[in-house]
Amino acid sequence: MLRVSIAKEFAGFALDVTLDAPAGVTAIFGPSGSGKTSVIRAIAGLLACDRAEVTLDGRDLSKLSPHKRGVGYVFQDARLFPHMSVQKNLRYGGIHDEDAVVAVLGLGALLDRYPAALSGGEKQRVALGRALMSAPKVLLLDEPLSALDAPRKAEVLPYLEALRDQTAIPILYVSHDMGEVARLASRIVVLNEGRVVLEGTVEDVLADPAAVPFLGVRDAGAVLTGRVVGHATDGLTKIETGAGALWVPGAVGRAGSTVRVRVPVQDVILSRSAPTDISALNVLPVTITALERGAGPGVAVALNAGNARLLARVTKRSCDVMGLAAGDQIFAILKATAIAPADVG
Amino acid sequence: MTDWLGPAEWTALWLSLKVAFWATLFSLPFGFAAAYALARGSFFGRQALNVLVHLPLVMPPVVTGYLLLLGFGRTGPLGEVFEQLFGIIFAFRWTGAALAAAVMGFPLMVRAIRLSLEAIDQGLEEAAGTLGASRLRVLRTVTLPLAWPGILAGTVLGFAKGMGEFGATVTFVSNIPGQTQTLALSIDTLLEVPGGEPLALRLAIVSIAIAAVALIVSELLAQRVTRRRAV
Repeated sequence: MLRVSIAKEFAGFALDVTLDAPAGVTAIFGPSGSGKTSVIRAIAGLLACDRAEVTLDGRDLSKLSPHKRGVGYVFQDARLFPHMSVQKNLRYGGIHDEDAVVAVLGLGALLDRYPAALSGGEKQRVALGRALMSAPKVLLLDEPLSALDAPRKAEVLPYLEALRDQTAIPILYVSHDMGEVARLASRIVVLNEGRVVLEGTVEDVLADPAAVPFLGVRDAGAVLTGRVVGHATDGLTKIETGAGALWVPGAVGRAGSTVRVRVPVQDVILSRSAPTDISALNVLPVTITALERGAGPGVAVALNAGNARLLARVTKRSCDVMGLAAGDQIFAILKATAIAPADVG
Repeated sequence: MTDWLGPAEWTALWLSLKVAFWATLFSLPFGFAAAYALARGSFFGRQALNVLVHLPLVMPPVVTGYLLLLGFGRTGPLGEVFEQLFGIIFAFRWTGAALAAAVMGFPLMVRAIRLSLEAIDQGLEEAAGTLGASRLRVLRTVTLPLAWPGILAGTVLGFAKGMGEFGATVTFVSNIPGQTQTLALSIDTLLEVPGGEPLALRLAIVSIAIAAVALIVSELLAQRVTRRRAV
């Protein structure tokens, strides 16, 4: 368990963050300028703070200089040493689990190359391997995918997933991409203007209607965990979730494997009656549990579907016309195309 | 070949090489330290250090030589310290010529090294720290190798300046054949003797050749470094 409590005054901006990160991936999410990177730089000892309490399994790291903290850090820009081969880069911090790291990250063919000859995705994989081989007790990832284009992201993401499944240390993953967060993280800490505004499991936070204003309309939306039932010949995949069976586009996962499904708030339509003759494939009976009227024209609607939670956002006008209230039993329509394959993991 | 230059000229040539070699060797660690402090340090007096380092570049060399004479002459305060502690006498010896060469070459050396240090992405040093490397190890394995082309350039510039230094040297340690009469001083002397001009020209060619070779060698070495990085 990593416990962090830091405070620092910047010009016109105050950072004051307290958070806990157990083993597994904790996402630090927030808009740019919210202090995400400052938090992990403080944990690594790279940022001097007015208050910096960092303890790992009860051991105080605050007074240690960065090189004694045992903290692995993967920077946004990889920061490979240009004058060393990939192998030398990897071994710089140690040779812990070398064979496994090289195999898991697919680095075998790159060992003799120099960083200048690597693609962006390859650089990030090497940076990740280098951090892992130093046998860190905490891993800090600072938007490791943000500098990559979509194909390179798709190349590195599976390695991050494998890493998440194979290590038992706290991993802090800074990101402003909800797709990545929904795919990788089990916990999420949402920062806004230097403060923690939401904290909890990804399922809880993303199903919380109060989270919508902080996550933004585009990024808010529940995450469901489901099991792949099978693949239809017309290119759709059927996934059994706690909310019911959902059809998503593309051939996703193997039959029987567990996947996550993201349902953005904007892609949920609410209806009083069971709709017929519509193009949407996914219609779920749901119960309204809460309504959260925002400052703008929208209302966030929390829903119970089976034993899972969903989140929808409708306009205040629709909400009033339909007379939506907590306890109402209605229907949620999720457009099957709305669940992008990249967000299913 | 040997009679292409007279014995006195050979002596001057070897003396120049010796003076420039020792001047460069001894000023390099100080040059790196000064460059590192100027490039990375944020301390009181940083600007003063910057001015002090660069003064020999802009002051009249005669003034530098005169100050050296005042400070490092036999009765100068620093001259006495060096004589008592290390047994080194600078006044009217080749060691004094080396000191003058070192002082005059210092700003050039520091400038080249400082530029290369400033060009290093400090994020790399930070990354090395998170991988468990102490400051000293970061310096040895990341900073120094990456600054190497600049260190090389600074060394060559310092050496070349040492080979050709005139004003401060002649003021500080005078023009004594076999002791302080370096290449540049020798050329100056020859130009003042009737019929000395052909020899002076030969010495000029020698000094040009040495300077050119030094530049080419450093260029090749620097290229090797950068080429390896680009592969």
